[in-house]
Amino acid sequence: MIEYFWLALVPPLAGFLFNGLVGKRLPARIVSGAGCAATGASFLFLLAVFAEFIRLPAEEQQIVHRLFTWIQAGTFTAECSFLLDPLSMIMLLVITGVGFLIHVYSTAYMEGETGLYRYFAYLNLFVFMMSLLVMAGNYLLLFVGWEGVGLCSYLLIGYYIERKSAGDAAKKAFVVNRVGDACFLLGVFLIFKTFGTLEFGSLFETVSRTHPQPESGFTVLAAITLLLFLGATGKSAQIPLQVWLPDAMEGPTPVSALIHAATMVTAGVYLVVRSAALYSRAPDVLLLIAVVGVLTALLAALTALVQRDIKKVLAYSTISQLGYMFMALGVGAFSTGIFHLFTHAFFKALLFLGAGSVLLRLHHELDLFRMGGLRNSLKVTCWTMWVGTAALAGIFPLSGFFSKDEILWRALDSPLGHPVFWVAGLVVAGLTAFYMCRLMFLAFYGSPGHGHGESGSEAGTAVTAPLAILAGAAAVAGVVGLPAYLGDHRLDHFLAPVFRYSYDHGVSAGHGASHSLELLAGGAALAISLLGAGLAYRLYARDRSIPRRLANRYPGLHGTLLQQFRIDQAYSRFVVGGLKVLSRRVLWRAVDVGVVDGAVNGTASLFRRWSGVATRMQSGNTRTYAAWIVTGAALVFLYLYSVID
Amino acid sequence: MEQIVFYVFAAVAVGSALLVILQQRAVYSAFSLIVCFGALAVLYFQLGAALVAALQVIVYAGAIMVLFLFVIMLLDPKSERFGPDRFKKTALAALPAAAFLAFVLLRVFPAWSPRGSGDPLGSGEGPKRIAHILFQDYLLPFEVTSILILVAILGAVVLVKHRPD
Amino acid sequence: MGMVPATHYLALGAVLFVIGVAGFIVRRNVITMFMSVELMLNAVNLTFLAYARTWNQVDAHIFVFFVMTVAAAEAAVGLALILGLDRHSQTLDIDTVNRLQG
Repeated sequence: MIEYFWLALVPPLAGFLFNGLVGKRLPARIVSGAGCAATGASFLFLLAVFAEFIRLPAEEQQIVHRLFTWIQAGTFTAECSFLLDPLSMIMLLVITGVGFLIHVYSTAYMEGETGLYRYFAYLNLFVFMMSLLVMAGNYLLLFVGWEGVGLCSYLLIGYYIERKSAGDAAKKAFVVNRVGDACFLLGVFLIFKTFGTLEFGSLFETVSRTHPQPESGFTVLAAITLLLFLGATGKSAQIPLQVWLPDAMEGPTPVSALIHAATMVTAGVYLVVRSAALYSRAPDVLLLIAVVGVLTALLAALTALVQRDIKKVLAYSTISQLGYMFMALGVGAFSTGIFHLFTHAFFKALLFLGAGSVLLRLHHELDLFRMGGLRNSLKVTCWTMWVGTAALAGIFPLSGFFSKDEILWRALDSPLGHPVFWVAGLVVAGLTAFYMCRLMFLAFYGSPGHGHGESGSEAGTAVTAPLAILAGAAAVAGVVGLPAYLGDHRLDHFLAPVFRYSYDHGVSAGHGASHSLELLAGGAALAISLLGAGLAYRLYARDRSIPRRLANRYPGLHGTLLQQFRIDQAYSRFVVGGLKVLSRRVLWRAVDVGVVDGAVNGTASLFRRWSGVATRMQSGNTRTYAAWIVTGAALVFLYLYSVID
Repeated sequence: MEQIVFYVFAAVAVGSALLVILQQRAVYSAFSLIVCFGALAVLYFQLGAALVAALQVIVYAGAIMVLFLFVIMLLDPKSERFGPDRFKKTALAALPAAAFLAFVLLRVFPAWSPRGSGDPLGSGEGPKRIAHILFQDYLLPFEVTSILILVAILGAVVLVKHRPD
Repeated sequence: MGMVPATHYLALGAVLFVIGVAGFIVRRNVITMFMSVELMLNAVNLTFLAYARTWNQVDAHIFVFFVMTVAAAEAAVGLALILGLDRHSQTLDIDTVNRLQG
């Protein structure tokens, strides 16, 4: 059965086709039921596959299935091949598992929406494309999934088609992603040009033979990895392409949870980890990734401090956490990045779904300062979100503590790491705890705002059950990656076969550095997080006047933070504005009017002049035409005769 | 013997062919064409293609030409009037044609005349061999031909069907 | 009783073909033009068969069959066209049907 793992793609695709083709005429219950069933079937199937997979010896945990030859042109061959290894196994389980819960949640959240069939069709298509992305056995098929999830993201951000802001956000996400995608594609071209294959297995094996040692400087591997990383920055919202993700919150909240928190945005992390054999041999690019990750984490965390929109806070938090993951990858700790991806999927999906529950209760009031006092009417949402907040803030013993702590420890301990990364990571940890607790205190405590009373309740089991399950997962998911002083890092062992062709920088070996140092670092991170939480309690639970006074005293700083350091404005001024000037001055006035129009008009007048001659030949007399044919045939004959003899 | 037969029937073929294009009335042209086809059938037979010769008489001279006569009688075309400058116009076409023909016959044929000899359908087993080739090597074209004929029938029906305008 | 050289057959084919071409160009009656086409086809058939004997290749006979089939199909469609033409413009003179001009 395990060799048929690729069949997991079938149910989501079937669900997409079903809802896309006939869903419009069906009642909402069948539409949402079909959507959930498709993803659920895929998840159950993958669980069965996983049960078999885990029993295989480690060296056999690399199953390649060639479905058919997709493209064949000269020496270029693209197979439609699927790869099941520990990395894709974990990704698949997260995608379909969390995806299923979010599907179930959606049935309640989206109740009564028009165009429900569209929503579920897109959601299933997304699960299909995302599974394809992580199951692909070569870069080209991965790119298909990559573009596919981008398309679904675009469609779902713009789901509320009647809102212009939703359409604009969708377009922005698409265009910003295109920049990254173009770089990704160039990287793939360069891989093929250099190594002649795009299949992961043979490519990484070749690379490990031809480049046994990492080389610094601008090597061809550095160029490839840099281009792929630029692609990853687009999908995973890292500097400089992070601007689309906050706007993407225009989509329905479950979409934000699934696509823009748990799965799609982690595709960039997946890409880098999948290409670990390449990245581990380009240390300079790894350093760049670490720097980008740290900067993104810091910048986004600072921005999240002052946001008023509950979903924006979570969006910036996601960017910040993705920055964390990239920091881990940058110091060579690939499996740590996946560990954080894994735990983050649970607690960030949980937080988004919790926010969605709040929005349901408040009729889509997004402003945190107009919420308050919801803890009584939304008990389940409140305590599950506290679990998610604690996990995200890295409070022991929830999952986020282990993964975040491991990242920080690797940043300090890895030969590619640097204490600066560690310090920056600590600051981000403190900021994270602060802004998450701020969100919780503003939304659930204090006096009820906005005229909503104490009455009202949770939306029902379809909402609370996914929250509870995700809360459970967010709490305990850390056990797969316990630090050395507590026990066994099972995830590390499980993922080990994925990195068999990677250059081993000795990241996870440990430097004989004592467990006590690691314990001390973990304690420091925990202390910082608690400090951030305590500060948030002081500022937002006890006396809310201080933040307001601070904002009034430093309006410039506050505005800068609120608008994410004005990066959007800078982009629209310099990049978009520059393109507009270039288009108007050069492309339109000179190239279009001068060259293109000139050529077209010139051709037209040329033909008008000469067509008079041709017209006279078209006498309409059949016999004249016949004579022309005969003349032509005779001339051809004479020519052949003269050539052959 | 073969030479005599060839030259006699070649002369008949050329003569009747000229009559086809020089007769004023279409019905005479059609009869001349039948004669021409008959003469050609004899020549086919002499080339060892007995089956083709038979088909020439049955299908061509028989079926197709009957179709022609049918249409001629149905439409009863008036004789085509050759104008007073008939010979001038004919000469205009005939002269280049004759020049080209002379060039081909006198220059090209001596240079390209095929060297080889043989009787492809020796010892009377012609139809059998043809059948083998037709239904094995050329089976697909043969079947495609049936579609062609079907389309032709449909086309003819559609074209002739009287449409009330 | 010597064999007639293949060249003579080919020459006869060429003569008949040129006669067909000339007829097609000179005549104005559609039916006669059509018969000229048949003449050309037969000239080609003769050439095929002459080469078949020369090079001992039976395949050429197959092609003659196909030519005959095509000729039959062509006659069916062509004569239907002629009927249509007559019905449409009450003439068989090709020179009066000259609407296909630029």
